[in-house]
Amino acid sequence: MIEDYLLSLILFTPILVGLLTLLIPRERVAAIRWFAFLGSLIPLALSIYMWLAYDPGQPGFQFQVQRDWYPAIGASYRLGVDGISVVLVLLATLLTPISILISWNIKDRVRTYMALFLLLETGMLGVFLTLDLVLFFLFWEIGLVPMYFLINQWGSEKGTREVGGREIPARNYASLKFLILTMAGSLGLLLAISLIGVVAGTFDIVEITRIWSALDQPLALLGVPIGVPIEVVKAVAFWAFVIAFAVKVPIWPFHTWLPDAHTEAPTAGSMILAGVLLKLGAYGFLRLVLPLYPAEARDFAWVLALLATISIVMGAFAAWGQQDFKRLVAYSSVNHMGFVVLGIAAAFFAAGTLSADDAVFAVNGAVLQMFNHGLSAAGMFLLVGVIYDRTHTRDLAAYGGLFSLAPIFGGILIFTSMASLGLPGLNGFVSEFLVVRGAWPIYTFYTVLSMLGLLVTGIYVLKGIRGTLHGPLNEKYADTPIEINRREIIAIAPLMVLMLSIGVWPSWIVKVFNETVMRLVGA
Amino acid sequence: MNFPILSVIVFTPVVAGVILLFFPQDRHDWIRWFALAAATLALLLSLVVFIGYDSAEGGYQFQERAEWIPALGISYFVGVDGMSAPMVLLTGIVIFTGVLISWRLDDRPREFFLFLFILATGVFGVFVSLDLFQLFFFYEIALFPMFLLIAIWGWKVTREYAAMKLTLYLFIGSVIALVGGLVMVFSSGLETFDMLQLQTAGFSTTFQRIWFPFVFFGFAVLAGIFPFHNWSPDGHVAAPTAVSMFHAGVLMKLGAFAALRVGIVLLPEGARFWAPLILVLASINVIYGAFIAMVQTDFKYVIGFSSVSHMGLVLLGFATLNRDGLTGAGLQMFSHGVMTALFFAVVGMVYDRTHTREIPRLGGISKVMPLATVAFIVGGLVSMGMPGLSGFVAEFPIFMGLWRTQPIIAIVVVISIVITAAYIMRIIGKVFFGAMPEEFEGQFGDVLVQDKVALVLLSALLVLIGVYPAVMAPMVASGAEAVLRALGVG
Amino acid sequence: MTFTEFAPERLLAILPESLLFLLAVAMLTLDLVWKPSRRRILGWLAASGVTLILLATLAFGQPPADEPLVLGGMVRWDWLAFAFTILILFTAAVTCLISVNVEGVGNRGDYYGLLLISTMGMVLMASSADLIMLFLAIETTSIPLYVLAGFLKADDKSTESGLKYFLFGAVTTAVMLYGFSLIYGFTGETNLYLIADAMKAAGLSLLLVGGIAVLVLVGFSFKIAAVPFHFWAPDVYEGAPTPVTAYVSTASKVAGFAVLVRVMMLAFPSIDAFWAAILAAMAAATMTLGNVLAIAQSNIKRLLAYSSIAHAGYALIGLVALSVFGVASMMFYLLAYVVTNLAAFAVVILFARAAGSDEIKDYAGLSRRSPWLALVLLIAFLSLAGMPPFAGFVAKVFVFKAAVDSGLIWLAFVGVLNSIIGLYYYLIVLKVVYLYRSEDDHLPVQVPRPYAVALAACTLLILVVGIVSAPWLDWSIGAARSLF
Repeated sequence: MIEDYLLSLILFTPILVGLLTLLIPRERVAAIRWFAFLGSLIPLALSIYMWLAYDPGQPGFQFQVQRDWYPAIGASYRLGVDGISVVLVLLATLLTPISILISWNIKDRVRTYMALFLLLETGMLGVFLTLDLVLFFLFWEIGLVPMYFLINQWGSEKGTREVGGREIPARNYASLKFLILTMAGSLGLLLAISLIGVVAGTFDIVEITRIWSALDQPLALLGVPIGVPIEVVKAVAFWAFVIAFAVKVPIWPFHTWLPDAHTEAPTAGSMILAGVLLKLGAYGFLRLVLPLYPAEARDFAWVLALLATISIVMGAFAAWGQQDFKRLVAYSSVNHMGFVVLGIAAAFFAAGTLSADDAVFAVNGAVLQMFNHGLSAAGMFLLVGVIYDRTHTRDLAAYGGLFSLAPIFGGILIFTSMASLGLPGLNGFVSEFLVVRGAWPIYTFYTVLSMLGLLVTGIYVLKGIRGTLHGPLNEKYADTPIEINRREIIAIAPLMVLMLSIGVWPSWIVKVFNETVMRLVGA
Repeated sequence: MNFPILSVIVFTPVVAGVILLFFPQDRHDWIRWFALAAATLALLLSLVVFIGYDSAEGGYQFQERAEWIPALGISYFVGVDGMSAPMVLLTGIVIFTGVLISWRLDDRPREFFLFLFILATGVFGVFVSLDLFQLFFFYEIALFPMFLLIAIWGWKVTREYAAMKLTLYLFIGSVIALVGGLVMVFSSGLETFDMLQLQTAGFSTTFQRIWFPFVFFGFAVLAGIFPFHNWSPDGHVAAPTAVSMFHAGVLMKLGAFAALRVGIVLLPEGARFWAPLILVLASINVIYGAFIAMVQTDFKYVIGFSSVSHMGLVLLGFATLNRDGLTGAGLQMFSHGVMTALFFAVVGMVYDRTHTREIPRLGGISKVMPLATVAFIVGGLVSMGMPGLSGFVAEFPIFMGLWRTQPIIAIVVVISIVITAAYIMRIIGKVFFGAMPEEFEGQFGDVLVQDKVALVLLSALLVLIGVYPAVMAPMVASGAEAVLRALGVG
Repeated sequence: MTFTEFAPERLLAILPESLLFLLAVAMLTLDLVWKPSRRRILGWLAASGVTLILLATLAFGQPPADEPLVLGGMVRWDWLAFAFTILILFTAAVTCLISVNVEGVGNRGDYYGLLLISTMGMVLMASSADLIMLFLAIETTSIPLYVLAGFLKADDKSTESGLKYFLFGAVTTAVMLYGFSLIYGFTGETNLYLIADAMKAAGLSLLLVGGIAVLVLVGFSFKIAAVPFHFWAPDVYEGAPTPVTAYVSTASKVAGFAVLVRVMMLAFPSIDAFWAAILAAMAAATMTLGNVLAIAQSNIKRLLAYSSIAHAGYALIGLVALSVFGVASMMFYLLAYVVTNLAAFAVVILFARAAGSDEIKDYAGLSRRSPWLALVLLIAFLSLAGMPPFAGFVAKVFVFKAAVDSGLIWLAFVGVLNSIIGLYYYLIVLKVVYLYRSEDDHLPVQVPRPYAVALAACTLLILVVGIVSAPWLDWSIGAARSLF
């Protein structure tokens, strides 16, 4: 019985909690925080239940719901999950309470902050849960709004950017850039979705997946007066999707909004941004691009692989070059997400061919890397936030020798950094290994380059650790309590547990999506 | 239904306006409360019509008919279909919120509400008219109060110029359409102004092609179609708040609606012939309006040009001449009406307090007027077509419709979304969240309760339709079906 | 067409004329008999007298079914004449009312006497069926009007106005009379109903007939102040006492249209395309010139003068449609125009009493000094501009429809474009009234009772004619049928 409503509950509980939060009197800050936090545990509990109840062996989408939503254009409210989305839903519902927990330091307009945060969660979950293209677009876009305001209103207060001769606050610049770039990126998505709707006569992703790739009549017969062959149209629509998702991931050269947005966002915002929002793009590749455009995907997979490799290498070098700790972590996301895309690119090329087995490795790696990066990036941003909270600086040169002042913090930072760097035994290693294993036979050259990128990853991670923890103690902080507090430890603990457990025994999570991935790439 | 609900809706405002004239001039409170009561009645009744309309059955419902000038086949003939029922509701909403927003108006409120109510009667009348003569009758009733409302209560700097410009533009459009209408009636040989009968007149193709532009563009002037859009931003800017709301919220739809009902429905062949031109002009509206809005520094001009841009989408939807496009256009009319009413309400509130509309001189409004800020943000998101709000629900089918007719246009027009996002976000960032200039510190307080009611109502509607389009979409779709039948493709 | 024998009941055909004559004599007598202080009620008396005549005409003056020629063929007793008579009587009644408080005219019996004599002439004009009768009627109308225009002897403008009116009138009437004489000379007929056949019988060349028609038109165009015979109007309107202006611009114009439509339709059917074309051109020129020149006016009486020139143009549209509905729409237009213009002039008179000025700029603050008066002016001007729900809108739609139905789409377009110009200058006045403030804001404008009655009647009619248009249109159509 609950299965019928499970996904709807997961989807709407956050926004409901958010709206209820708004009803609490403004002054009762503690009540607001606790209410939001406890409320955000509900979707987590529900998604754990969903994860347990999900049957990996059964093909197709589970826990489906379907209702009329916008009958005039044939869009319906349709939800469903497969293995990939189960994992990502889990990630989103896990990171939200952690982010809320870490937002205790927000003092200004807490109510609105929490409400926006929960709205953001609904937006993210919607993308993972929906099986209707219009709704997909709806949730895809809707997450932008809370994110924009979180950066714009609660972002770092320092820093300015010069734009057109005028000094404007950096957070305004970053938030607007984030919004405009991602919106511009999704224009093509909007057009492509409406075009698909017109041609296919439905927005149901399952149904479209079935008919779209086989479509070969002239478009004029399908009601679109374009005199070009359908292949061309498909190619254009393919690129529209790819660009929209590539901006979100982000893949070089569409990544420029990311460092700014991450740097200026409040800690929790960065956590969600890196932990979940970036996955939306990768999810889009797997959910929509691969099933809808297998032919185009195969033809252009090399472009994606190339860009992914550039992202990995450039991201790593860029991170190395940063003096700002948060920017460093931000660029590391470009680097890590590059592996996700590399895996996807490999699958694009190999899906449905004889080397589909390699594709399974690659996609499994990509999905796991999404999850892992969600954990480690969130953790890193959390830790950067902690240290910034104490020192009010993000400049690596301004820390120094903090290990002695905050041993627990230091330990956690090193642990998380190692996970991020891909130390065997921790989660990052497993997923990157899987990606590399899958991509190697398909794109050997790119994979080699990426591995070289991994070296640089080691360098920048160590640079971060050295800058903060090691070296001579910066006397300025001698009397400052730097040590991580209990609330923050509670927040990061689940992340660490997961990092370790995946690193040691990855199959508990891989088996959730393995069969979905196999069906996806046709192995 | 025996109760003549449409007639009551149409005449409630004007009757209330006349009664107002007998109030003592200086009892401003009585006048306001009475005006509010009348507006509430109109709103409730239009809600009844909206809810009572049976979308599954379609067609014209709540019909009433009486002989008016039988010698010429003119009758008083009203009814609503899926296109007009939401418009009636929109008018009810805007008149209601318009009265609320005007609570602080102190200069001759009696006359103000009288003219506003005459305007409302005209607008209601057009939306429910099924008789061509009656349509013109109410159409022009809706025009002239604008002049006085703007000229008397408008912004001192440009009101005279703007009022005159607006009135003349619109009047030119309407009389040209009038000649077209008369020619249609004569040529039909039916000796009637009944639009349902005229629909069956079977005008020759040549005739339709010659006369369609007169009728369509005559009305489309009021919808602000390029290059006849010039009156509209000036008018918006000069008008007092409630009038801007009415003007952009309802009047521009009046033009679009009449262009649809008289132009496209009665002269379908002409519509087909001229649709490419309309598509081009309307897409210029969309893009050009958005660009001009972006470079304005006057808060109200930004919104004024954004209306030009958004009305372009409505006309685009019409010009697709297919189900998706028409449905989208119908929804866009409602959505934009509510959204722009909301915009102008907020702009008015800000201006009332700061006495400036120069964006660079404004800032920090969110601290003082949080609710107005939220409302403006909601409106802003609607205007950039953010999914989950009504703007998306309206624009999406328009794009689908465009794919079926002129894909190039769809690709070009979509750019406007980003431009819109840019200028809306710029305003939100500067006016509402920017640093508050010292001169404003502590100078003014939050909006009135009446204002809040209006803002909440308007924002809630935008969200409701966006989240659950099924409250309105099937109705509009049934209206679109009727248009398609007239076009012979439904 | 046969002439019937004299029958006493046929005298009812000239019932209004007779009664008007009696009333005029009564006025002149009372003026001699009464002390100046009592003469103030003369206006009331005249107005109620005319109203009674109007009612009596409605009750007893209705033409019989066969619409006969009476009085030896001099007068036609038909619905057309009846309708025009009622309209003229109404105008006269209102004019009397709005004269009451006007300095120098309101308390003078000779003023009312002249007015009523003129009215009598107009009523006769509407029903004349013979050239001789027609000429007499026109002169009976005109001569008192010349005098009335110059009634304020102390006022140079008024004197100038009277003289100018007289000179123009005399010249154009002479030309018209020349035309009449040619008709008689060529056909030996003076009866309008026989002329057409007589011309055909005489085998007159169409060129000659056309020439005659042009000569006749000159006189009529003067009466209705159509371009190019409109020059007198602004000066006369400005200089004459305002009630006289109101009267000249309404009743006199209506009477002019009455003869115009009857003579042209009856006497020149063989060349109707020709004179209709001339009139169409005149209509276009009249509308355009009247409206364009009105824009530049700073005096409200001159503005109304030019606007009334323009309105003659609109009314002509109905005539040139050459159809039953066309004539009906013309009559309807005149009705709407008359009630509206009278209301406007009433406001002008009242305002001049209070402010001593006819300058438009002095109307500033009227809406604060007297909201009701401002509202009436608003209604009147919007009606003149052709805005619903006022009479002017329906009237304009009807004449344009008549034009369209007769294929004169271009004329309809000229008409609608003109109505935009019209709207422009009417709005400018309204803007002054409602928008600007003056130092006298606090001084209310007095509205004496006769004016209140007149204004109420006119405003009510503006609304009723505009909203419940069907009966008025049906009557117009009924009247128009008399000619076809």
